[in-house]
Amino acid sequence: MDAKVSFTLNGRSVDAEATGATLLVDLLRNHFGLTGAHVGCDTSQCGACVVHVDGVSVKSCTMLAAQAEGRTVETIEGLASNGELHPVQQAFHEHHALQCGFCTPGMIMSALDLLRRNPRPSEVEVRDWLEGNMCRCTGYHNIVKAVRAAAVAMDEEAS
Amino acid sequence: MSGEMGIGVSAPRTEDRRFITGRGRYVDDINLRSQQYAWFVRSPHPHAEVRGVDAADALKMPGVTAVLTGADMQADGVGPLPVAWGITSRDGSPAHEPEFPGLATDRVRYVGNPVAVVVAESRSQARDAAEMVNVDYGELESVASATAALEEGAPQIHEGAPGNLCFDWEWLPAAMAPDARANTDKAFKEAAHVVSLELVNNRLVPNAMEPRASLADFNTATGQLTLYTTSQNPHVNRLLLCTATLKMPEHKVRVVAPDVGGGFGSKIYHYAEELTVCWASRRLGVPVKWTAERSESFLGDAQARDHVTRVELALDAEARFTGLRVDTVANLGGWLSAFGPAIPTVFYAPLLAGVYRTPNIYVTVKGVFTNTTPTDAYRGAGRPEACYAVERAVDEAAVQLNMDPAELRRLNFIQPDEFPYQSPVGQLYDSGDFEGCLDLARKLNAYDEFSERRRQSEVRGKLRGRGMCFYIEACGAAPSQAAGQLGARAGLYEVATVRVHPTGSVQVLTGSHSHGQGHETTFAQIVAERLGIDFGNVEVVHGDTGEIPFGMGTFGSRSLAVGGTALYKAIDKVEEKGRKIAAHLLEAEADDIEFTEGEYRVAGTDRAVSFGDVALAAYVPHNYPLQELEPGLEETAFFDPENFTFPSGCYICEVEVDRQTGQVDLRDFVAADDFGNIINPMVVEGQVHGGLAQGIGQALLEHCLYTPEGQLLSGSYMDYCMPRADDLPNFVVATRCTPTPFNPLGVKGCGEAGAIGAPPAVINAVLDALRPLGVRQIDMPATPQAVWQAIEAARSGG
Repeated sequence: MDAKVSFTLNGRSVDAEATGATLLVDLLRNHFGLTGAHVGCDTSQCGACVVHVDGVSVKSCTMLAAQAEGRTVETIEGLASNGELHPVQQAFHEHHALQCGFCTPGMIMSALDLLRRNPRPSEVEVRDWLEGNMCRCTGYHNIVKAVRAAAVAMDEEAS
Repeated sequence: MSGEMGIGVSAPRTEDRRFITGRGRYVDDINLRSQQYAWFVRSPHPHAEVRGVDAADALKMPGVTAVLTGADMQADGVGPLPVAWGITSRDGSPAHEPEFPGLATDRVRYVGNPVAVVVAESRSQARDAAEMVNVDYGELESVASATAALEEGAPQIHEGAPGNLCFDWEWLPAAMAPDARANTDKAFKEAAHVVSLELVNNRLVPNAMEPRASLADFNTATGQLTLYTTSQNPHVNRLLLCTATLKMPEHKVRVVAPDVGGGFGSKIYHYAEELTVCWASRRLGVPVKWTAERSESFLGDAQARDHVTRVELALDAEARFTGLRVDTVANLGGWLSAFGPAIPTVFYAPLLAGVYRTPNIYVTVKGVFTNTTPTDAYRGAGRPEACYAVERAVDEAAVQLNMDPAELRRLNFIQPDEFPYQSPVGQLYDSGDFEGCLDLARKLNAYDEFSERRRQSEVRGKLRGRGMCFYIEACGAAPSQAAGQLGARAGLYEVATVRVHPTGSVQVLTGSHSHGQGHETTFAQIVAERLGIDFGNVEVVHGDTGEIPFGMGTFGSRSLAVGGTALYKAIDKVEEKGRKIAAHLLEAEADDIEFTEGEYRVAGTDRAVSFGDVALAAYVPHNYPLQELEPGLEETAFFDPENFTFPSGCYICEVEVDRQTGQVDLRDFVAADDFGNIINPMVVEGQVHGGLAQGIGQALLEHCLYTPEGQLLSGSYMDYCMPRADDLPNFVVATRCTPTPFNPLGVKGCGEAGAIGAPPAVINAVLDALRPLGVRQIDMPATPQAVWQAIEAARSGG
């Protein structure tokens, strides 16, 4: 029943055995020990499990591990480089955009996808985009602030 | 050095880094060698006899180790889940406390009631096998609503509770007894105006983003049990495991609550699942892990609110409040959760004075069993219900008397020179400046320009409304003796150890628990400020009974006021011992030594020794007063507060309502809070934001719904409307400060304020918007459907 699945994970080629029913989030958490992606619901609503597949945000609870074959998967663990936080991570820290931290990895990965598509989102655009990521702690106020601050920081980094 | 990150500074949180890089360590992230997985068989019926459990087919499924039942649990002598607070009815009889077994033995009383557990080598194997467990249920009549459960002929849920009445309680605090009722009735007879409202406080599901999880590891060689669990108070869980359920000696049990993804009250309790995995691990000799699915959270986490209340307010001819009568029916669910009977009684009635000088108050509460998930504390826990009743009644009075709601409140405020103020419902309010908060909120709201904003909304075809709330709440639970007199079965102090290492860095062991509140930062700020050491040299350890002496944990906005004060007192002891060491080193009298900014100094001289040098001397006692002092520098303090603390604040909210669709849009939300002194303003603002979101969620979106028989209708995020980013506005938050005199930090607590004050502010605003259409009453949540129906009803009625 198990089949081999090979893909690029945080810049490294990896392979693993997975059943046909194994979800990507379970493979990441249980096989690779990448526990940053969390499972917060069973209806693809909460977004705590968001990772990037080929650069696009995906709810990894809603994708089979087998579907990662040949693709590029990035998780929260791969975002900082050489110990230096990504501007979105830095902005979440500076603006107190997290409390319990459970939704945070998915929130950051989702926000980063938004900023790659829309480098200067308005407040309304940020709130609309994050509609698929629930947070019970922050009331979103500081998350929105952090995402917009990250947009400025990423702009400055690029120029 | 401390000034950079001392008290009052918005220090970015030290705990953030692990969370933003995906290195948090939550219970489900922990795996042990040879662990097995539990899956629970839960009742699909709201009320049924359990005639038998046939596990034969399940046991044949691949990977299955065991199927265990309530009978097995009973045979092993496991005790029922404990009730932590006893309530006494007005006739003097104790509340009925049915025995609540971890796994049902003869009867189930709500959908989701655990009946059996399957343990297997993988989670999916356990889940598949659970489907093969054949439970022989004898279905019984059932009822979900508390008012329906009180009706004659309603299905009987517990034999020991005729009419489903768990208790029939009245509140007679010393200040009012025994004439509270007579005096209040007299106030109503003599009143110039009486306002009366029937209110429903809607049932909620807490929904911390991390589902509950427990991993138990019983070591058959040492007899030691280690439990990793999603808890707000691991020492309490250990206490209950050891004294009530598993009955193991405490030194053989270690409970670890590592990173916990939010709690909001729902992770206070010793739940059936946690007990079951501990027992199963002991019985089977392997680690056993259970992680809830969100569907199980909806069925199994203690739910909240669910009151039906009649509130009456009496006013004299000058619009001064002279009496308040409150009669509440509270839905307790199918069994009693740990604090279930306390939340709608002693956490509710004592706050019904609000911020007003109402002299006569009489409160009655019926606690009722129903075929629903047990209810218990959730962010605010009794105070949101109290605040909602009072603040809805006050606004209704303002409408009926054609007064500005702010002015009616101002007229009735307790005045700053009246503190400490003894309320008629038994609380001694510590401090407050209600007019100051009101003025601040009015300024932030641009109160006097509302009519222009309303006009602009009308131009856009929208109805604009403004609502106000002034809340007060009791935090810092609790003075143990007072709590004991009210029925608490535990002490409510807090504990801290300050361990100074030889090189002067500090480890704090706290019995408080952070599941998002940021103690690793704020507690370190207190140490940095007091000892004058660098913030980065302080580590805060929490959530492990193996490391921390004791603690009651985090709930009721108590961490800083009680846990922070325990820390403060432990620092006092460290400072005092250090003073004696410094006196020896400086060859001076201890009384002559001052301690400031990390230095012990002989007063009026330049002779000084640093805190680090004193720490080193304590651990390398070559030049040390060993005859008088032990070596080492580590101190522990238990702090039991003298009183609660009383945060208060004024919230003003503006909404726009679309009269065609009933959609309510929040346009503006202003919060002016008094939390006393503040350690980290950024963290406090974050707490307010989160509380507001939950309060607004209750007012506009969230509703836990059952069929009349008790089938849960809102069992997932597809049905239960959680607040999302696009449902909420930016918040305008500000604080005033009247420090509490009841702890040396002068802090009150900020965690629950938003969830307490937001619901009445929002509903008052919605009603203000709808008033021109003749709508006088709406219950929470004010969904588009509810608003539209209210508009249509007013239209056809008028």
